[in-house]
Amino acid sequence: MPRVGLRAAGAAVLALGGLLGGLAAAQDLVPPDVLVKNVTLEVVEIVKSDRDIQAGDRRKVVALIDAKVLPHFNFGAMTASAVGTNWGKASAEQKARLVDEFRTLMVRTYASSIAAYKNQRFDFRPLRARPTDTDVTVSVRVLQSGTEPVKIDYDMEKTARGWKVWDVRVADISLTANYRTEFANVVRESGIDGLIRTLQAKNEKAGEPAPAGRR
Amino acid sequence: MSASELQSGMGIGYLARARVLLSAAALVVASGCATTAATDPRDPAEGFNRAMFSFNETLDESIAKPVATAYKSVTPDMVRYWVRNFFANIGDIFIGLNNLLQGKPGDAVVDWARFSMNTTLGVFGINDVASEVGLDKHNEDFGQTFGRWGSPSGAYLVWPFFGPSTVRDTAGGLVDFYLDPVWRKQSEGVRWTAALLRATSQRADLLDASRILEEAALDKYVFQRDAFLQRRRGLIYDGKPPRDSSSLLREAPHAEAPPAADRVFDEPAVAVSAPASPDAALRVAGNPEQVLAAGHTGR
Repeated sequence: MPRVGLRAAGAAVLALGGLLGGLAAAQDLVPPDVLVKNVTLEVVEIVKSDRDIQAGDRRKVVALIDAKVLPHFNFGAMTASAVGTNWGKASAEQKARLVDEFRTLMVRTYASSIAAYKNQRFDFRPLRARPTDTDVTVSVRVLQSGTEPVKIDYDMEKTARGWKVWDVRVADISLTANYRTEFANVVRESGIDGLIRTLQAKNEKAGEPAPAGRR
Repeated sequence: MSASELQSGMGIGYLARARVLLSAAALVVASGCATTAATDPRDPAEGFNRAMFSFNETLDESIAKPVATAYKSVTPDMVRYWVRNFFANIGDIFIGLNNLLQGKPGDAVVDWARFSMNTTLGVFGINDVASEVGLDKHNEDFGQTFGRWGSPSGAYLVWPFFGPSTVRDTAGGLVDFYLDPVWRKQSEGVRWTAALLRATSQRADLLDASRILEEAALDKYVFQRDAFLQRRRGLIYDGKPPRDSSSLLREAPHAEAPPAADRVFDEPAVAVSAPASPDAALRVAGNPEQVLAAGHTGR
């Protein structure tokens, strides 16, 4: 019961933070490690208790991510990092479309990861940063027997609208760095528009409802 | 037909076969090369690697994945848990050895304590009681040990059946393989049964991950390669690699000034000339990050 209360309090703080937006003074921001912990536990709790999600309802998982996770990500920075040196060559409109498509790709990948969740336990590591730091890494370890713990690092920066994630490293594999070569290859062959088209095609193809049995 | 004629006949047959094989291999390599406009410095054998990657993909789709899926659907969770732990427990002996060789006796003690505890209290290792009391499992192998002492990773390589590797990790893998208790001192039957069961168990554990990879990647080969190289680098540094994921970018032949948004560049790696500790001596050359890693802070 106290845990539920705590979560409600956390949600209230989050909602308040969103409401006040730019008005919130720096010290009113939810600290990054607390934010990661709250969001992770909340999402896991919902995934565990929601029958539709348990039965493999992807749309509901995506809606959950949209509501709970996305607001804490800075997709502009993530996309820029993934596109790398070619980012400067893109027009404002191209950038917006790249961010859009990359966000969709990330959400689906994330949805698959959530669907694969099976009662692993989390070890939220203490934040190693000074209170004045504006760029921190929050580490969570996923514990499961028979393998070494998997470390997930969230690289976060402080903004007026709260702490935002700009890269995720799973077992030291940076998501944005991992896309860099792929994206550079596509841009070299078919330009920025080619990359937008490729991402669109990928998203549309994967957007089809998964065939039964594929879970 | 005289003996010598027979012999030369065989010789010609053998030669002809070898030539067919060779030209097939050359064709494969050539076609692989043709698909890639620019070569990545980390991956000079991309043509060969892509051919092996396709071979492995086909093998996986037609045999490994169906077997692993079936294994997962017919065995209770508990049994798979036991199987996974049993093999993981055997691995701890050599993980401890590698930790010792890497100059981390404390970690080695943890690994061997895990082995003793899980083998006895955990009943031949099928239960991971050590993790429950806070003795976390490590991930070490000889490739990492070589890396720890300064061996560069060398070219990226994909082997049939074994998948992604590098020159260094191939050498390490051969030592791992030589010492592998599953392959040593067992009768032929036990050895193959155990090895196949272990492989099935490991593949089953990766079913979700491989599906996610499928969804995430534009070019699965490139995605897997980059993830593998990043992962190995992280493992050598025991999860604390210097922040230098820019390495991937710097290798692009036409790399220019990084965009401001790419904060990966904020922390310049520090070059050291006189490494004082194994940590500082740690070098991942071969990847263009020939930068030594004194900059990274220990735990």
